Amino acid sequence: MSATILIAILLIIAAFAYQTGRQRAFAVAGNKRSVLHSLPVYHGSFMLVWVLLPAIAVLGIWTAIQSTVVDFLVLDQLGPAYADLSLSDRNITLAEIHNLASGDFNMDQAAPEIAAAAELHNHLSALGRWLSTAVVLGLAAAGFTLARRQIGTRFRARQQVERVVDVLMLACSVIAILTTIGIVLSLLFEALRFFVRVPFYEFLFGLQWSPQTALRADQVGSSGAFGAIPLFAGTLLISFIAMMVAVPIGLFAAIYMAEFADRRTRSIAKPVLEVLAGVPTVVYGFFAALTVAPVFRGWGDAVGLDVSSESALAAGMVMGIMIIPFVSSLSDDVINAVPQSLRDGAYGLGATKAETVTQIILPAALPGIVGAILLAVSRAIGETMIVVMAAGLAANLTANPLEAVTTVTVQITTLLVGDQEFDSAKTLSVFALGLVLFIVTLCLNVVALKIVQKYRERYE
Amino acid sequence: MTANIADTAYIRFVPTGVRHAVDRGPGSPSFTDGLKKRRAKERNLILAGQAAILIAVAMLMTLMVSIVSKGYSAFGQTELQLELYLEEGLIDPNGNRDPETILRANYQSIIRTSLRAIFPDVSGRTDRRLLNNIVSNAAQFELARMVVDNPDWIGTKRVISLPASDDIDQLMKGKIDASLPEDSRRVSDKEVAWIDTLREREQIGITFNTRLFTNADSRDPEVAGILGAVMGSLFALMICFMISFPLGVGAAIYLEEFAPKNKWTDIIEVNINNLAAVPSIIFGLLGLAVFLNTFGLPRSAPLVGGMVLALMTLPTIIIASRAALKSVPPSIREAALGLGASRHQVVWHHVLPLALPGMLTGTIIGMAQALGETAPLLMIGMVAFIADVPGSITDPATALPVQIYIWADSPERAFTERTSAAIMVLLTFLITMNAAAVWLRRKLERRW
Repeated sequence: MSATILIAILLIIAAFAYQTGRQRAFAVAGNKRSVLHSLPVYHGSFMLVWVLLPAIAVLGIWTAIQSTVVDFLVLDQLGPAYADLSLSDRNITLAEIHNLASGDFNMDQAAPEIAAAAELHNHLSALGRWLSTAVVLGLAAAGFTLARRQIGTRFRARQQVERVVDVLMLACSVIAILTTIGIVLSLLFEALRFFVRVPFYEFLFGLQWSPQTALRADQVGSSGAFGAIPLFAGTLLISFIAMMVAVPIGLFAAIYMAEFADRRTRSIAKPVLEVLAGVPTVVYGFFAALTVAPVFRGWGDAVGLDVSSESALAAGMVMGIMIIPFVSSLSDDVINAVPQSLRDGAYGLGATKAETVTQIILPAALPGIVGAILLAVSRAIGETMIVVMAAGLAANLTANPLEAVTTVTVQITTLLVGDQEFDSAKTLSVFALGLVLFIVTLCLNVVALKIVQKYRERYE
Repeated sequence: MTANIADTAYIRFVPTGVRHAVDRGPGSPSFTDGLKKRRAKERNLILAGQAAILIAVAMLMTLMVSIVSKGYSAFGQTELQLELYLEEGLIDPNGNRDPETILRANYQSIIRTSLRAIFPDVSGRTDRRLLNNIVSNAAQFELARMVVDNPDWIGTKRVISLPASDDIDQLMKGKIDASLPEDSRRVSDKEVAWIDTLREREQIGITFNTRLFTNADSRDPEVAGILGAVMGSLFALMICFMISFPLGVGAAIYLEEFAPKNKWTDIIEVNINNLAAVPSIIFGLLGLAVFLNTFGLPRSAPLVGGMVLALMTLPTIIIASRAALKSVPPSIREAALGLGASRHQVVWHHVLPLALPGMLTGTIIGMAQALGETAPLLMIGMVAFIADVPGSITDPATALPVQIYIWADSPERAFTERTSAAIMVLLTFLITMNAAAVWLRRKLERRW
């Protein structure tokens, strides 16, 4: 029985249980409904919760672990020839068994023990499905009878239901923490496997990055070098160019809109900035690679400069455009949060508007603006699509914005897209890079959010 | 005036301009000079602000104009009107109209025969191959499907319109300049001459490109479409909504209405704010390590894509939903409590219905972000070449932005205009969603 049908049956039972609970509550109350502690609706919901929640929880866990358990059992049955396989051989064998078991591939050429294993796999999977159906439906039935017995005039159904809802909502909020823990653990775990192969200091301080490792031992060529400094330098260079574009434009735009612009100008400029913020990054990437980069190359040729067609300048410039609305809207918030009394005081002393802005408002808003810029830097460092499409792949250690550089996110993407083998240093290095990226952006975010929050409190 | 104003202890700060003014006195020449300088400074600041906004507007315009000017031509497609003799002996030799047989017939030779009938004087292997290449490689498959759908065509002569190859398409659209020397363009003089003949006979022309909207991806740009990617995006967004909306609203209600103020809720709150700023590619790595490698969910599936996008949009939805709950005035809660409602009844019966429009607005904006997101989908393998339209959430699929990325990387020139066209479609979706959010806010949100 497929999971969809099972869930549908469960839902039908649940609806029936809800009705039963309500009817039962009406029945025990007789014609005096005021003797009921809780409204009939809550008795119905109480039954629904007991029918649905345990069954769904068991079904979820069962579905999550069934295939792993079946694979384990099947491999266990394969005999001594398959006893100590390496991880990749184990995966290949499993894939073979799965292909056979699904029946999409020809059975004739397989080794007999593999064919037997495939049969066992199908047998166990079918058994598991029937068992899970029986257990789940049994749980639903048990929940139904147990819950039905509870219903009575003095039964506090509302409190029971509300407690369940409380737990569910708490679970929803804990997802956020689980996500963070999941990110940290998955990155850390794989990164540690990488650091077993490549020493920690070599990764953080090495000057060579060429992750193509030899596939065979006798292969000529690269043995792989995992010094990430060129990537960090490239990321910083592109982010720096982006900030050189975004900070002045964003800040001046914010100042103008907050202090000088009339309503008409604001009603045009604000949506424009919002649209800039809403354009997907892949569109910016396309724009950078196909429009901006050739233009820069053309200008370079015109003045005799050699501009790479994947120059850091083009990627950084376009990234800067993407970040303008980010800087401007955050700065706008911060500037508007400066109390009017400070402005009035300055005007009262005869300061012009410009003097008020540069000598009163900006110093007062400075911490908030710094926070906004830090958040923007964090976004620039983590931005992926623009650099994947417009920056290069070669890990050059250079500060020349006209040359091609590569970034952390570009390497993560290019190393993971395509063939993956999870015990090569090349693939694992991705998680080490991800870990560094996560830690750096997390620190920037924490500091920036702290600054912004402190600043807000000061004027409240 | 003897005392300097700035010396007065209780005024801590006096703008420099004011200090000058007080020192020199109004009406003196240095006073008016200073005033001029101060006004100039003000003008400069305003000019800088206006310049910044103008630059931003100009950037947006350049972006839009470059995409539209590159992409509008992809909405047309060059079609050849060929008279084809669908000979029964070639297509259905057994005469039983078995769809399998009809599908496998050699349509390429039928198309070639028809071309040769138009240009009988073309001889030699190279020239013939060149002539055959006028028609798209995919035309034979399209023709096969047409004949399967209309078996009564077999044995008749019909004029059928078939797609031209991408080079001919680019030539017809003027993207290949026929006046360049022959060896610096992708089509030869002979092909140009043939196209001119066909044009005179009105057997070639540009029509609306429906294939762009009804086909999935293809290696041949002239028949590649976005339907597969759009369906992939749709499935992923559906999953994303089904996960992130209930979770986000649940978390927001708990944190805003029920949570005690303690260390734990503080941690959750800081966590949510930080998650909102984590780079999207990190979520992709999480999905790869947890959903694919640990739980063994299928690669390239919209199911996993939707789950990753849901984790990404969750903070956005929680933050927007909390803001919506906050904007419901406390008097509503107090009135309900005063009438004897429990705290849960207050929230579910009174606060939530009032906050729902705001929550929905936030959710739509979160969904729009998810729709435009590419990087995490690359990590979980939704970046393969997939020529079928996905039929379920576990089929391999791409998403619209990923399709844009794939096409942008393709060397064929004809893919550039298709990339721009796909971007235009994506932006249309995004604008529609954002407009819906704005409309919803205007229509339903109450001001207290």
